[in-house]
Amino acid sequence: MSPNLVLVIVVGVLFAAGVTLLLERNLTRVILGITMLGNGVNLLILLGGGYGGPPIVGLTPEARMSDPLTQAMILTAIVITLGMTAFLLAMAYRSWLLTGHDDVQDDVEDRRIMQRAERDEGLEDQDSPTPTPATSGPAAGREPR
Amino acid sequence: MLVLLTAHLIAATLAPVLVRRLGRPAFYVLAMVPAAGLVWASARTAAVRDGRAVAEVYPWAGRLHLELALRMGTLSWLMVLLVGGVGALALVYCARYFPADEPGLGRFAGVFVGFAGAMLGLVVSDNLIVLYVFWELTTVFSYLLIGHDPASRAGRLAALQALIVTTLGGLAMLVGIVMLGQHAGTYRWSQLTSMPVEGGYQAVAVVLLLVGALSKSAIFPFSFWLPRAMAAPTPVSAYLHAAAMVKAGVFLIGLTGPVLAGAAPWRPVVLVAGTVTMFLGGWTALRQHDLKLLLAYGTVSQLGLLAVTLGAGLRNAALAGAMMLLAHALFKAALFFVVGVIDHTTGTRDLRDLSGLRRAAPAVWLVALLAAASMAGVPPLAGFVGKEAILAAFLGGGWWQWAVLAGVVCGSGLTVAYTVRFLWGAFADKPAVAARPVRPASWLFLAPAAVLAVAGLVAGLSAPALDGLLAGYADSYADGGTYHLALWHGLTPALGLSAVVLTGGAALFLGTARTRWWLRLRLPADGAAIYERAIGWLGRLAVEVTGATQRGSLPIYLGTILSVLVVLGGAALASGAAVATGPRLWDAPVQLVPAAALIVAAVFATRARRRLAAVVLVGVTGYATAILFVLHGAPDLALTQFLVETCTMVMFVLVLRRLPGHFSVRPLVASRRLRVAIGVAVGAVVSGLAYAATTGRQATPISTGFPGPAVSYGGGRNVVNVTLVDIRAWDTMGEISVLLVAAVGVAALVFGGSRRLVHGARRPPLPDPPRGQVWLMAGHTLDAGLRSPILEVITRLIFHVIVLFSVYLLFAGHNAPGGGFAGGLVVGLALVLRYLAGGRHELDVAAPVDAGVVMGAGLFVALGTALAAMIAGGQVLQSTLMDWHLPVLGHVHFVTSMIFDVGVYLVVIGVVLSILRSLGAEVDRQEQIERAEAEARRKEELV
Repeated sequence: MSPNLVLVIVVGVLFAAGVTLLLERNLTRVILGITMLGNGVNLLILLGGGYGGPPIVGLTPEARMSDPLTQAMILTAIVITLGMTAFLLAMAYRSWLLTGHDDVQDDVEDRRIMQRAERDEGLEDQDSPTPTPATSGPAAGREPR
Repeated sequence: MLVLLTAHLIAATLAPVLVRRLGRPAFYVLAMVPAAGLVWASARTAAVRDGRAVAEVYPWAGRLHLELALRMGTLSWLMVLLVGGVGALALVYCARYFPADEPGLGRFAGVFVGFAGAMLGLVVSDNLIVLYVFWELTTVFSYLLIGHDPASRAGRLAALQALIVTTLGGLAMLVGIVMLGQHAGTYRWSQLTSMPVEGGYQAVAVVLLLVGALSKSAIFPFSFWLPRAMAAPTPVSAYLHAAAMVKAGVFLIGLTGPVLAGAAPWRPVVLVAGTVTMFLGGWTALRQHDLKLLLAYGTVSQLGLLAVTLGAGLRNAALAGAMMLLAHALFKAALFFVVGVIDHTTGTRDLRDLSGLRRAAPAVWLVALLAAASMAGVPPLAGFVGKEAILAAFLGGGWWQWAVLAGVVCGSGLTVAYTVRFLWGAFADKPAVAARPVRPASWLFLAPAAVLAVAGLVAGLSAPALDGLLAGYADSYADGGTYHLALWHGLTPALGLSAVVLTGGAALFLGTARTRWWLRLRLPADGAAIYERAIGWLGRLAVEVTGATQRGSLPIYLGTILSVLVVLGGAALASGAAVATGPRLWDAPVQLVPAAALIVAAVFATRARRRLAAVVLVGVTGYATAILFVLHGAPDLALTQFLVETCTMVMFVLVLRRLPGHFSVRPLVASRRLRVAIGVAVGAVVSGLAYAATTGRQATPISTGFPGPAVSYGGGRNVVNVTLVDIRAWDTMGEISVLLVAAVGVAALVFGGSRRLVHGARRPPLPDPPRGQVWLMAGHTLDAGLRSPILEVITRLIFHVIVLFSVYLLFAGHNAPGGGFAGGLVVGLALVLRYLAGGRHELDVAAPVDAGVVMGAGLFVALGTALAAMIAGGQVLQSTLMDWHLPVLGHVHFVTSMIFDVGVYLVVIGVVLSILRSLGAEVDRQEQIERAEAEARRKEELV
């Protein structure tokens, strides 16, 4: 099968733009990036299915039909993307509601671990086995009588 | 045996209930379960003596060598007796040891019985994998038992340490087991009669196995966890030290010794580690002031002795080891019980605070004396029989036997010394210490210790009978040894050594009690210090690795993942196969138009500063994609893409009205360039992949077979739609479930918003929607400034037409572009229109149902179709064709998969409605509340 250069380039552009937005911190941009990536993936699958007429029996001869299986998969993907976009938008809204912006923050816990690493410290002492002498009787330090 | 194990399991499960109902007497009931094990094993004494092992095999996954193979040979029989007997007595002891109001007693009882059950399973396992499972179960249960008091830091640390050390050993052992089992072709130990392999492989497997056994039995260098584990309640310590847990290690050595003792590393490892442990344990025991700790180090020493004798690979030593195993269980459990009694009746177990107990508590003294004498090896007790057999076993032979003998004599001398120290410390009259007041103890409290101490005496006296029973195990070594257990062998060198040990030990005690210089002799670094340093390093390593890799930044994670895609994908492309066919520029020149629009919009979308502009530009790319779908022969996709893109735009706008108009400014140009660079690289690689994948395709597509059956079986001419509702209907079923979950998630995120907004105290009164029939809602509910009467009227006029159109799409979809997804989305957009024109009350009028009900009904219909086909005798989701001739309508063609599509239709409507209610109506309401609050604040400030 010979590829369609126009579509190949379009897929590349959609991926490039999508990834550029995906790497942003702003959640709105991330969602837009995901939407574009989704379209790019759909076109990529379509490209794999080959070119042809609509897969409707009676309208197009069977030999000239485009691949119906890829189309069914893409249709599923389109609708799923709708659900996911809605969910991410709700997350952006909630982030704005709680923090006043929709930027993705760095994980605070991870940053604390990085600080520990910079200070060359070990694990936090909660129940880690730090030296605690096993109690040897009520008064361990005394000499035998 | 399976019945016994099940009984333990059931008892462990019921124990909390029993303890809650009956209180402490529940322990007597529970004690009957381990006691049943004792009785069961006793009943099979004759069979075991005659060399007939009791075996049960329940096959499971045979090709993986997984089977529940249980087998009780002589050594297992002895262990079952000890596990059952000591377990039952420890439970009886618990009933008096714990106060009635001890917290967590029910849990404790359950864990204890479970522990006994796991130990029983361990000693009767024949399959090594099963043995490993029980092995780790004892580890877990002992962790829970040692850490019984969650408020005690020492207890928690001790439990954790025991867990880490023994699990680490257990894992090493598992590797050893797998190495042996895979080579032998069987994991059933009774079938492994000779060493399966030789050389380095064998050495590694044996050493790994030994690491497991030695760590479990607290042999040097793993000794440190056991003394700490005495933070556990005393009955646990007694059981742990005497019959369970630590005995598992020496049991394993005893079990595998007859086959593995010939391996090169076996004797050096076992004998050196055992002798060192024996010596160090005894030496450290001498310096303890806590009676319990003294006994704990004593156990370490005795475990070393047991490892040496059971692992020596000699017939006489094995016999002596089995006898010593029995003797040790009897006296050590009794002594721990005694310490518990002393602790409870005097309030201390520090031997520097105890004085005059011999007269104040004569019964305790007698029991302790009997048990301790057995520990020291005084005739005619079991300990004496065992110790003398050991001395005799190593007398004569090669140089290493002499070396071991010297070690045993020294270790036994130390044992005598710390035994005397124990008795002196607990019971003697000390002139410098005031006599300790003693509370009377109930006879039941002392009874378990007394029973065990007397059993030690009986075992010693019946040594010849025991010889007949235990010889069955020892004879698995065929080296010609002929020693017999007896109290009196005549005037032998062994007897002389026993006498030397007893007098030497007593002298050693006297010497250490008078002088102090020996206290300064210490090891430069013991196992505990090494363990702590290792754990510390591990923590440092974890912090460094986590700090270096887990940066907590989403862009960095994504960037890393995508860079890997670029590198791997790019490398695969560069080294890829030759391109088979040349490219075409386009399929039709008209494709250039949407493609150009798309590229321009995409580039500008990445640079947009305003949110709305970015959304619109991305929308343009979506519509352009739809046109490309049409031109590529995919009208269904184009239709759906148009509808979805419109829905998406509406959703974006609904949310963006609350967010700031511009993106927050990020001044870092370098990071922006990096992002663009990664993006361009990914785009290039994906383009290359698209090109390569399309040209490289050689197989015939599966879907070439679709059109024929689509018509004949699926009853539809639109192959894509038939694929969705029939050929690949399971995918669609999964998809609508995902949609439903997403909608629920959206609702949860929006409705579960900040408490202030949802349950605000100053919720402003909202206008009540008017009753009765109203054609345009907005006149009553929207501000005049927000209204658009033309839109309202048009919407009101065309709404029903749109809905009707959606029904057409739904039913036409089987033969022409359309279907449930498209139809549902059209209804969704009609609802969007109503909402935009008339606000949220208008939406409620247009769709006076709960979105959840619509989605649920859709899923119900879809699932119902699937199941109906199954009930009718077909496959799940199989469709049936129906053709009727009706009087008026004429020929009616109907396919059941259409009902499935109705389900899809309903789910999609429900999802859009739910999203509108969340992102539209609810966000409206929250905004309204906020505005009202701001208004109220401003008024307050003015006042």
